[in-house]
Amino acid sequence: MSDVYVLGVDMIKFGRFPDRTVPNIGAEAALMALDDAGLTIKDMQAMYCGNLGQANAMVGQRILQEIGQTGIPVVNCANACATGATAFREAWMSIKAGIYDVVLAVGVEQMGKGLLGGAGGGDGIPKEGLLGSGTMPCVFAEAGMEHSKDHGTTFEQFAKISVKNHHHSTMNPKAMYQIETPLDVVMNAEMISYPNTKLMCSVNVDGSAAAVLVSEKKAKELGMGRAVRVKASALASDPYTDRDLVMPDVNACTRLAAEQAYEMAGVSPEDINLVELHDCFATAEMLHYENLGLCKDGEAGKMIDEGHVELGGKVPVNVSGGLLSKGHPLGATGIANIYEVCTHLRGEAGDRQVEGARLGMTHVIGLGTACGIHILEKV
Amino acid sequence: MSEKSLPAVGYLKIPEDGDPYLEGYKCGNCGAVFLGERSVCSKCFTRDKMSAIRLEETGTLYSFSVVYRSFPGIDVPYVSAIVDLDGGGTVKGNLINIDPDPDKIDFGMKVKLTYQDALGRKDKEGNSYLSYFFEPA
Repeated sequence: MSDVYVLGVDMIKFGRFPDRTVPNIGAEAALMALDDAGLTIKDMQAMYCGNLGQANAMVGQRILQEIGQTGIPVVNCANACATGATAFREAWMSIKAGIYDVVLAVGVEQMGKGLLGGAGGGDGIPKEGLLGSGTMPCVFAEAGMEHSKDHGTTFEQFAKISVKNHHHSTMNPKAMYQIETPLDVVMNAEMISYPNTKLMCSVNVDGSAAAVLVSEKKAKELGMGRAVRVKASALASDPYTDRDLVMPDVNACTRLAAEQAYEMAGVSPEDINLVELHDCFATAEMLHYENLGLCKDGEAGKMIDEGHVELGGKVPVNVSGGLLSKGHPLGATGIANIYEVCTHLRGEAGDRQVEGARLGMTHVIGLGTACGIHILEKV
Repeated sequence: MSEKSLPAVGYLKIPEDGDPYLEGYKCGNCGAVFLGERSVCSKCFTRDKMSAIRLEETGTLYSFSVVYRSFPGIDVPYVSAIVDLDGGGTVKGNLINIDPDPDKIDFGMKVKLTYQDALGRKDKEGNSYLSYFFEPA
């Protein structure tokens, strides 16, 4: 089977674009990725599009209606917060299968403001605030509190993650925000769902990201100069665990995907130079240090306390600013984090460059549950 | 409109003559307990070995969050709790009759179920609902 390469990849600066349409936002990143690859829409043999908010509205085709209706097959994907990663992986699989040599993957989302989630809808009466809370800040707070119970993790340690990611975003012009948030500011921000304050919740933004994936044959033909090898692609659903259906288990699903990704890449966690992981809430990032094997179980608090996950540390995490400050347009996130890692592997990340980066990992997890992990390698 | 309160969720059962209770479905093969009726066990994949059981009234607090911001119109703060029931089954609900202060809530504390009106919430037909809550045991 052919190795698969990212030949072009880009994202728009995340923001709020209420006057634009979803396809219009997606089209912008698609054109940027094509330009980055030095190709045009005429070169694309298929398109995989990730979007959640308009999952039944043919977003991929509507993007092509804005940038070039060549008649290629389009597949629209929805997989919660793993939507973009799923679209990317479908593109990867189509090349792995030998069907195509040049494929476009796009992720796009236009978000409203406010809380996501909420327990129950449907018949009868609203369940939110009656049977606990199904809001995302609460669900991920409960997952973080499980870590506190088992390992003594503190509110302050969770808050430090937000300080770190906001600091990283000051070096990323494509992040929604470039604002330092000192520890006292994070901890004293409005408490949403303990221990997640407002500054420990991801930012709802509009955004898009896209990638051009090619086979080895095509990469050699076009020039490997800035190509990045997709060393592993893994996707897992939630395996049975005791409480999963009541308290979504983001740990088991991530661990399953991570194990598969490391095995496919033939590398171990110590080999990874940077990670873009799913910090939808500060509590979530803490869990994933352990889930991705970046440290032993119970040592996540130490990872943040000792600076191992900062730019310049042993394994910098979310140097883009992460979902907490770069922003989290659900369907775009899984390709935006691939853009970030590729940018470092290409040595083009400017002030936030992870020096000498050769291997990077991306991780997203959507409740329900879907976890997508990619390992990318400098060529 | 029903004269009696309706159950807020399907797994809350209100017998004609008797006390309300939560119903689980237990796998006859592996013992996994689920909320809501089902015929296949998603843990061991066994079919048609599920049977309805009456879940126990007591349990242990597994995890929680204190919710300070919810959707408009919902009273805050409140404690959203994940409880492992004695005898099997995990249930999520509000933990009431406790100070909603994270420093005063202990993981592993014993709690028990209580059945009360669903915070005055009514459906479009004006029906009242019965719900379940947890309180310190």
